[in-house]
Amino acid sequence: MTDAQRSNLLHLGTIAVLAAAFFVLPIYHVGNLSRIMVLAVYAMGYNFLLGYTGLLSLGHALFFAAGMYGLGLSMELFDLSTAPALLMGLVTALTVSAVIGFLALRTSGVSFMIVTLMFAQAGYLTILYFGTYTRGDEGFVIQQSARVLFGIDLTSDSGRYFSALVLFSICFLAVAYLVQSPFGRTLIAIRENEERARMLGYNTAAHKLKAVIISGTISGLSGAGYALLFGYAGATFATVQYSIFPLLWVLLGGAGTTIGPLIGVLFMFYLIDLSSSITSAYMLIAGLVLVLLTLFAPQGLAGEIRKRVFKWLP
Amino acid sequence: MDFGPHLFLASLEGAVTAAILALTAMGLSIVFGVMRVVNVAHGEFFMLGAVIAWWATSLIGGHPAIGFVMALAVAPLVVGVLAAFADKLILQKINYDPDRTIVATIGLMYIIQQTTLMTFGPDARPVQPPFNTRLPLPWFEYGDSGFAMIWPWGLSITSYKLFVIIAALAILTTLWLVITRSKIGLIMRATQLDSETAQAFGVPVDRVYMWVFGLGAGLAAVGAVLVVPIQQAHYLMGHDPLLLAFITVIIGGLGSLPGTIIAAILIGMSDGIISVFFSPTLAKIIATLVVAMVLVFRPQGLMGRSAQ
Repeated sequence: MTDAQRSNLLHLGTIAVLAAAFFVLPIYHVGNLSRIMVLAVYAMGYNFLLGYTGLLSLGHALFFAAGMYGLGLSMELFDLSTAPALLMGLVTALTVSAVIGFLALRTSGVSFMIVTLMFAQAGYLTILYFGTYTRGDEGFVIQQSARVLFGIDLTSDSGRYFSALVLFSICFLAVAYLVQSPFGRTLIAIRENEERARMLGYNTAAHKLKAVIISGTISGLSGAGYALLFGYAGATFATVQYSIFPLLWVLLGGAGTTIGPLIGVLFMFYLIDLSSSITSAYMLIAGLVLVLLTLFAPQGLAGEIRKRVFKWLP
Repeated sequence: MDFGPHLFLASLEGAVTAAILALTAMGLSIVFGVMRVVNVAHGEFFMLGAVIAWWATSLIGGHPAIGFVMALAVAPLVVGVLAAFADKLILQKINYDPDRTIVATIGLMYIIQQTTLMTFGPDARPVQPPFNTRLPLPWFEYGDSGFAMIWPWGLSITSYKLFVIIAALAILTTLWLVITRSKIGLIMRATQLDSETAQAFGVPVDRVYMWVFGLGAGLAAVGAVLVVPIQQAHYLMGHDPLLLAFITVIIGGLGSLPGTIIAAILIGMSDGIISVFFSPTLAKIIATLVVAMVLVFRPQGLMGRSAQ
């Protein structure tokens, strides 16, 4: 088997396992898993930037919230039906990430992190400022009757699970394709050595901007999907914490691996799920995991697997 | 009150903010300057300082001043030692790799914050100021009977707030003298300039890093002890100072200590003045965007040298 065949098998196999899980697992875990898949999309969007382009952003919550509010507000205020609202969420995230990317990419390294963090903070405050429409921290609920896509009821267990799976699969395969494509290879070249990539004649600035836009749009799609499937949009999703979560997931799962984000979200979700039954200070676990990761497994779970067992892991 | 006295009052409030901010940001700036690492847990060291101040004042009865002096002595020390050990146990092990340091300090941030939540609890707790007399302030006005000094109602500052400004000035001056005049400062500057050469000349770079990290955290704790009688101690209070300190350090130019002071005054004062005259949320949005734009179009900050 060639490496390409192996990676195809891995991706399709993952999707098949997730599809089968619906029929095997008890209903509580099915609900969790649909949430995990939507959040994994967010993590994949983040991973595209951190893992494949080498840009560490601390402001992805802005893109997540852009998708979420793009969909939520157009349904709430303009009574759009689901499909065009989803498109609105996508377009909003795309626009926001294009603007932020254009501005923030003028900086690099530490400044890039801070600038993205600050833009996200400004975005969060803007959501609070327009509290009349967004209802601020309290957020708003998207009507159950409105959450229907192509005749599928997104509030039923199966409807929700399989639409989450479809969303996940599309992004999963798209990212897997992109990172193997010449475009993705160029991004990896930029990650490894930007100067060299530039000397070889690549327009690194344009590539990085495209990477930010793709990453932001995928994250926004996840935000829109989250609002749609779980029927809620709130300003908490725009806080710094939601910018740090994808960083955590991706680093835990393994930055620069296609499967890493899913592993990271899955692991972290159940870690917090289990620990929050013991203590209310469950973020303590997240902190400990982060510190231990940087100390002992800087490449994340999938990264360690790639290093030790499967060298072909995409 | 007229516009003039009102503005004067706003700038006094701004000066208090600037004083605290200068201390906090100075801690961050020194750590970045000497060690070239970004400490995201800085805000939590600030919070720890405030919480320890609360412990100290509530454990010791009697006059609030006794507890306050205790807090001022103990909190920075405890926080500094804690930070120094965090540096030794975590940051030194990952070799101060920039990205991994940020991730590790984010982890540290949650560990400190959540541990405080588990022990100190979710409530905001006040600390008695050691003294708190109201000092009315005069205002000069050109009226009917020529130039006159009046005492507008409401134009006043508490003696404690005045003390905060003076204390911050004293601490920063001491710090300045230590860095520029003492042997410790010389070692710090040598390490900052070129850690390898410093090591070759017998400077224990690892230990310098450890204590510089402690010093940075200690400065944040001092700022917190000073602010806690005005604000209350709360386990989430480290968030805003962190962001503000970050902004200050960057606007001032990464690693430039005079730049940090100038930026702290600029930001503290404008924060005080803006929040008196405008809606706080809108003011924050504008301030955040302006700072982000400064960074985008002048990444080296006001006083920094061009980016590396």
